[in-house]
Amino acid sequence: MSPFESLSLLAVTEWARVFLLRDYNTRIVLCGTVLLGIAGGVIGALMLLRKRALVADVASHAALPGIGAAYLLMESYRPDSGRWVPGLLLGATISAALGLLFAQGMGRIRRIKEDAALAITLSLFFGVGIALLTWIQALPTGHAAGLSEFLFGKAAALLARDITSIAVAGGIAVGVVVLLRKEFCLLCFDSEYALASGWPVHGLDVLLTALVIMMTVVGMQSVGLLLIVALMVLPPTAARFWTDRFEPLLWLSGTIGGASAAGGVILSALVPKFAAGAVIVLSGSLLFALSFLFGTRRGVWWRYRGTAATQRQIALDDLLRACYEILEPYLHSPDALTEHPIAQSELLQKGRWSLARLQPLLRLAERSDLLRRDFQDRWRLTATGRRAAIQAARNHRLWELYLIHYADIPLVGADRSADAFEHSLRPEILEQLETMLETQSPRLTVPSNPHAPHDPKLSATATEVRP
Amino acid sequence: MHFMNNASPPLNVHDLTVAYQRQPVLWNVDYAAPAARLVAIVGPNGAGKSTLIKALLELIPRATGEVQFFGQSYAESRQRVAYVPQRTTVDWDFPVTAHDVVTMGLYGRLGWFRPVTRAARLEALEALERVGLADFARRQISQLSGGQQQRVFLARALVQRADLYLMDEPFAGVDAATERTIIGLLQALRSEGKTALVVHHDLQTVQEYFDDVLLLNMRVIAAGPVATVFNAENLKRTYGGKLALLDQVGHQMVLAGRTQ
Repeated sequence: MSPFESLSLLAVTEWARVFLLRDYNTRIVLCGTVLLGIAGGVIGALMLLRKRALVADVASHAALPGIGAAYLLMESYRPDSGRWVPGLLLGATISAALGLLFAQGMGRIRRIKEDAALAITLSLFFGVGIALLTWIQALPTGHAAGLSEFLFGKAAALLARDITSIAVAGGIAVGVVVLLRKEFCLLCFDSEYALASGWPVHGLDVLLTALVIMMTVVGMQSVGLLLIVALMVLPPTAARFWTDRFEPLLWLSGTIGGASAAGGVILSALVPKFAAGAVIVLSGSLLFALSFLFGTRRGVWWRYRGTAATQRQIALDDLLRACYEILEPYLHSPDALTEHPIAQSELLQKGRWSLARLQPLLRLAERSDLLRRDFQDRWRLTATGRRAAIQAARNHRLWELYLIHYADIPLVGADRSADAFEHSLRPEILEQLETMLETQSPRLTVPSNPHAPHDPKLSATATEVRP
Repeated sequence: MHFMNNASPPLNVHDLTVAYQRQPVLWNVDYAAPAARLVAIVGPNGAGKSTLIKALLELIPRATGEVQFFGQSYAESRQRVAYVPQRTTVDWDFPVTAHDVVTMGLYGRLGWFRPVTRAARLEALEALERVGLADFARRQISQLSGGQQQRVFLARALVQRADLYLMDEPFAGVDAATERTIIGLLQALRSEGKTALVVHHDLQTVQEYFDDVLLLNMRVIAAGPVATVFNAENLKRTYGGKLALLDQVGHQMVLAGRTQ
């Protein structure tokens, strides 16, 4: 066996080991972080919709001094007991809660805006926390305390009992959201209405904040307090690109959170040089980027496609309308619209396009079966093209009339493309416009609607177009 | 019907004072709303119109005063009072459909923890139909026009089947179709014996749309039937020196008087 072959075999077994979860340690870590990702995604979605995404960030940073203080307290009570994790987490919880109360209290002062209050709290508490931590590091026992693990997480070193705490906390969080999803939806959408309807808005907010603190504190051990906020903000932001509904957003956000956690753990097991917390956040960012680009609800790609399609449609409408205007003098003969040829020079004379822009447009119209070219390079409307041209000219003229006579009436969702026009006007206005067109403005004519039940009498329309 | 055998007025306000940061914005408001009437709350910007509604609903604290709905406290009569907030108070990008928003009006009746029932969703759909938006039920709310959004809010209040409606500027920035729909609904509510208090900005339509008027400028200037209260002198006392506006309204009223 060549060295190359044995190397690749080794790689394959390594991959298989990771993906088949043979490794007890990988299994534990994966299980814990995925649970954390799911619960973080669900709670994060609520915070994002409540417009309080920053609160999670403040909570995690404000937890740091609590960890330091708890360590010192336990150490002074009985030496060498300072690393007792539940005690540290309790300290973190208390300190995070104090931080949020502090921010809220400061927000009550008139001249401090909420975002400033949050930023001040974050830096103040984090500063105190770092100061405490450096002091502890200098103590004789402090160096071994390993408190900096809370800063960056130690996902790869999660233990079974950590998983239990994550599972319990995550289960509580998701359970509460399932029970109270309707109440939380109302709170996030219209808290004033909720308050007027008698819901305890303040209590629901406190509950939500408590869940955030709980997830933050539990997540600190694995992802680290600096990055835990990413697990609460990235998944819901990504999920928003896929759905316009509240409940699907919650569950999709949880799924994305779980998926980014799984992706991160697996990747960091394959490439052990990277800290799991960082890889989890990076894989979350990747999912966010994909959603941002391709999300069906408002992804950049679809929006670009939509804009391009609209622009093409407008350009084609313009071309067809120009064709109709050129053919209008010949409408007395029955088949003029499909039989009379149009030269490229006639279209250029309209002055709407340069040759460079007209030619691809004509090719597009040919591909779309709207125009056909004869051997002399002249153009004729196809049957489809004829209908579309009549429609385009009619819409354009009705639109002009509307602007002249009715522009003071706001138009609901109007867009000037295609036959959307007549559906966006109330029928009575449409009727009036058509009558007006026949009686008052003999110079401005509208070909009749090709969708109308009776077949349009094209030859009956007048011959002059408004300049 | 409710209002026939209920002697207490839909709303009774006694000596209500509201203060922001020690600066009073509403002084000694005394007002009793009559049943089965459409009441316009009219006054200049900063007169405390929205503040009055929010203070009635206990959304902001009152400094002093007593408020009773149908002879009871607000907590006891919540189900009989529906609130239509200003459209601009919420984020219309929120991931819910028009149908979802209207269903929220039924959450109070559903109670804690209960998921939304099929019957509730059906009822919400009927309310959407009443405001002419049945076809828009499945639209995400940002894809509605301003007037349609206002009608969604109205439908959310309708499903509550309340007896008193408090509306904060429902006519602000809406299209003509919505304005007609709202007026039609208000008249329907009145014929069912219900009362509506509506913060209203457009002085020119007060006479046409409303039965009663409450003229407000940090205190009650005058209140009562439009025919007796809504006159140039009271408007002058409400709006102070803004004469250009008053002249315009006065002119309108003269015209209206001639045609009547």
